[in-house]
Amino acid sequence: MPLVVRLRSAVCLLGRFPALAGVDLDVATGEVVLLSGGNGAGKTTLLRVLAGLVPLHDGEAEVLGVDLTRDRRSHRPRLSFVGQEAFAYDDLSVRENVRFAARISGRTDADADAVIDELELAGLADVRHGRLSTGQRRRLGLAAGLVRRPELLLLDEPHAGLDAPGRAFLDGVLGSAGREGTSVVIASHELDLVRPVASREASLVNGQGGGTLTGSPDGSAAGEVRS
Amino acid sequence: MNLFQEAALIAGKDLRIERRARVVSQQILPFGLIVLLLFAFALDPDRGVLRRVAPGLFWVTVLLATLLAISRSFGIESENAARDGLRLSGLDGSAVFLGKAAALALELLVFEALLTFGVVVLFDVHLAALVPLCLATAAATVGLAATGTLYGVLAAGIRARETLVPVLMLPVVAPVLLGATRAWESSIDGPTSDAWPWVAMLGVFAVLFVGIGMLAFGPLLEES
Repeated sequence: MPLVVRLRSAVCLLGRFPALAGVDLDVATGEVVLLSGGNGAGKTTLLRVLAGLVPLHDGEAEVLGVDLTRDRRSHRPRLSFVGQEAFAYDDLSVRENVRFAARISGRTDADADAVIDELELAGLADVRHGRLSTGQRRRLGLAAGLVRRPELLLLDEPHAGLDAPGRAFLDGVLGSAGREGTSVVIASHELDLVRPVASREASLVNGQGGGTLTGSPDGSAAGEVRS
Repeated sequence: MNLFQEAALIAGKDLRIERRARVVSQQILPFGLIVLLLFAFALDPDRGVLRRVAPGLFWVTVLLATLLAISRSFGIESENAARDGLRLSGLDGSAVFLGKAAALALELLVFEALLTFGVVVLFDVHLAALVPLCLATAAATVGLAATGTLYGVLAAGIRARETLVPVLMLPVVAPVLLGATRAWESSIDGPTSDAWPWVAMLGVFAVLFVGIGMLAFGPLLEES
């Protein structure tokens, strides 16, 4: 199975603080990998490194075939990063935000409207982002991420703030990701919700992974960590 | 999508947000009119003095309004980490620059048109030569929008950006203030031919900063 993510001894500094201090991680096509770890362990930073939003200080990083030590931009159109913020504009409606996300990714308004329907946001389509509840904002962020039809989906605490139907939809997305060839990396504290749909689990402790992380898309829920 | 289609997407988004939020019409325009009134109170009720200094007052007011508009333009990208969304989109940095600068320039042109009306009414100014006046205004506005967009992204990731942008930008746009004021003076009172060198200077400034912005905006957005 080809790798979409390959990190070796990845070091990332935020200021002078080592947010990642030598992380190894492999993610194969169609895998759903759960990133676990306490607050401040470096999960969000690791996702931002994979998205090319922050540079590597040292080590090797290849994502979707692009060497991030040389080029942090060209893989971005092929991935989606759904962070704790929705990357949305308060004065635009749900429909306008998702359509904007679609258009800047080369997708159409029809694609955006289909995702809005899928996520049951049609009833809120004309409501401005600034007036949405936290859970509704998370759904919008997910819609804006999914409309790009990414090869690699990076999710940061995706269950936070979602209601039961939202969580069920998210589980459906994660379950179908492998079949559709989409790789997913999820940073989450809600381990009980993610473990059933994850191919494997990788733990981060104080910015360090537990060695080279191995496993396969059809492996056990909690994957093997080899030191 | 080509460069201009991408720029049109960004400009359309910024203008749609402005149409909803009405920051220019409900906050920046009243601010500009109040500044004009304060200048009028502070200088002299004698309209002769006001008429003489009107071009300078107009462009100082435009400059102050530009600083507010820049803050707004990059403030919306800070909400909900929207700037990260732009970076992840894969859009060309030059296109994002052109789109944001074009939206800012359009907002400023609307502001200037209404402020001009205020200057004519309050300061009893007669606009004699409209062609050089309009060209000078257009070139100065493009120059201000390009410079503002460039310095806006430079300071975007910094907490003190509201105070840093004026400190960085005002010295750089001093030639715009000078050129636009002189071009307006010549278009109002003096011989029209005196306006053209200033119009040309404003044009060169605008082209220069649009070029610099297209080259530098992408890398600055990455580091912001």
